[in-house]
Amino acid sequence: MHARADAPADQATDQGSSWPEDIFAILQRFDVRQVPYVPDAGHSELIQRVLKSSTMRGIPLTTEEEGVALLAGAWAGGQRGVLLMQSSGVGNCINMLSLTQIFRLPFLTLVTMRGEWGEFNPWQVPMGSSTQGVFELSGIKVLRASHPQEVREVMEAAASQAYNACTPTAVLLSQRLIGTKVFVK
Amino acid sequence: MSKTNLLDRRSVVSSLLKHRKDAIVVGGLGASTYDIAAAGDHARNFYLWGAMGGAVMIGLGLALAQPKLPVVVITGDGEMLMGMGSLATVGLQKPANLSIVVLDNESYGETGGQMSHTASAADLVGVARACGIADSRSLDTLAEIEAFAPALQDVAAGPRFASVKIDAANLERVLSNRDGMFVLTRLRGALGFNPI
Repeated sequence: MHARADAPADQATDQGSSWPEDIFAILQRFDVRQVPYVPDAGHSELIQRVLKSSTMRGIPLTTEEEGVALLAGAWAGGQRGVLLMQSSGVGNCINMLSLTQIFRLPFLTLVTMRGEWGEFNPWQVPMGSSTQGVFELSGIKVLRASHPQEVREVMEAAASQAYNACTPTAVLLSQRLIGTKVFVK
Repeated sequence: MSKTNLLDRRSVVSSLLKHRKDAIVVGGLGASTYDIAAAGDHARNFYLWGAMGGAVMIGLGLALAQPKLPVVVITGDGEMLMGMGSLATVGLQKPANLSIVVLDNESYGETGGQMSHTASAADLVGVARACGIADSRSLDTLAEIEAFAPALQDVAAGPRFASVKIDAANLERVLSNRDGMFVLTRLRGALGFNPI
């Protein structure tokens, strides 16, 4: 069984939209064009929106570090992007994250968290536990959203500092927000 | 260990870039960046001094952002092996303006000449083709290089991939700029983008 637990009753935000829609709207407003991703169930709604968009290009990766390099190239060519991944992918990026410092990139990544908040799979816990530390040691600012109502303002702040101030930023989307993955019913 | 009749890397790169026009050129970590610098510094050169395995993806990001400009990635076999998955990503996106050239000396020249996987096992042209880059070839002579060079200007029929078996001789380094902000800002400026 790989279904997720039912979305919590407070899934809808204050504005009545879902939090993935809030994220999409903010990315659109900041003129994000390239959206590299390694799929995660927690990102599935956002990925669907991106793949249907006429202004954004969803780019499936074989490993997350490809996305860091892609966004460096995108910015060199005048476009903004955002990297979508889950916490286990952050470790795959470490050396490539040096690009965010070398080029002072307007780097934004949205990370769905595993290995916390009722996790079933112990293999997710080590990387999930070190995700924030890895980012901070790599010079990336970290913001977190744990409730649907706060996603909009956290995203707004993250996109602003990443794109306006070229301050590499990661947003951690808590497992509490995305819902714990259910393996056994 | 040098084999006979292999091409000189500097001659290959200077031949490829002789009539580069508006092309953006990404150089992979190591000797490829020195080769591009040796062919002549240029505002549209994007030199990498790290991020091993990232050259093709940087080229892809550039190619998608600037679809009317030719983007050429020139890198080595070791750097390409580390980012081999990016060939699958390119094969899926199929950017028509992206060309990838691997200078294959079958060794890690920058670290003492240790043998690489292409010396006896890995076939990068086969990998690229199997990843969906239909125009994948090996170039064996300087005449073939010269005949191939105009294709780097094309922005309609890519992506393309070429592997060139080169002599493993370690040439004197020609050091490019290594300040990332300088190289980035200079390229962005050449493309018409102001600093923030």
